[in-house]
Amino acid sequence: MDIYSLEGKKEIIKRYSPKTRILRNSVFAFIFGGLICLSAELLRYLYLWLNIEEKDALSLVGVTLIFIASLLTALGLFDRIARYSGAGTLVPITGFSNSVTSQALDARSEGLVMGLGAKIFTVSGPVILWGIASGVLYGIIYYIYLYIIR
Amino acid sequence: MPDYLNLFLVFLMGGFLSLIAQILIDLTRLTPARILVAYVCSGVFLYATGAYDTLYKIFGAGVATPLIGFGAAIGRGVREAIEKNGAIGILSGGLSATATGITAALIFALFFSLFTKGGAKRM
Repeated sequence: MDIYSLEGKKEIIKRYSPKTRILRNSVFAFIFGGLICLSAELLRYLYLWLNIEEKDALSLVGVTLIFIASLLTALGLFDRIARYSGAGTLVPITGFSNSVTSQALDARSEGLVMGLGAKIFTVSGPVILWGIASGVLYGIIYYIYLYIIR
Repeated sequence: MPDYLNLFLVFLMGGFLSLIAQILIDLTRLTPARILVAYVCSGVFLYATGAYDTLYKIFGAGVATPLIGFGAAIGRGVREAIEKNGAIGILSGGLSATATGITAALIFALFFSLFTKGGAKRM
């Protein structure tokens, strides 16, 4: 194979680009995902330091991350970060918040009820539905175990 | 004084869970929405088997911040509601436990969408 010909170059690009892309994406996802979870832990320290109870501190950490992700989405910065971070910003609670806000921003022009009101759930709806459905299934099994078997 | 080993473990687990999702997106046809659903359901499953509590003791925010933590919160809510209120807890537990997060996400999204002009797709 002549690596200086056009065909040779195409062959090389084809052979190497997907692999390196996957490696690069994975490294970025790992670093961003890790850093977001790390900042969540540091926020928890901060709220505990402010004498907020453990349970409330955990809720506040979630709300803070959701707010930051929502704000960055509204400013158009989230997708610039997500271009590099990939699943690193998707998997933490920031991804959930981003999906809600981005759909809301897009659907705003289609009306307040069937536009914004309905489409705000485009991605978060499946997450909530299947999460709750799994929870109900677990609840039924746990109830049977707790009150009937035991 | 923060515990540095603890912080390192948080980083490691958060990164690892994101890495798995990224590999799934790159190598399979799973869309981001499916990944999120899979993580929430596995969070409920991990909580139900008791594995989540063990993971949380070691990795803290590393498992709680990814959507697995959201699923585990649903599981914990259902369990505690059943222990407190009986069968009605099957229906009331999940959403009560996650109400703060869901409401926050919806309200911030509503607020920002009302005060910015719609543009290109942002996700």
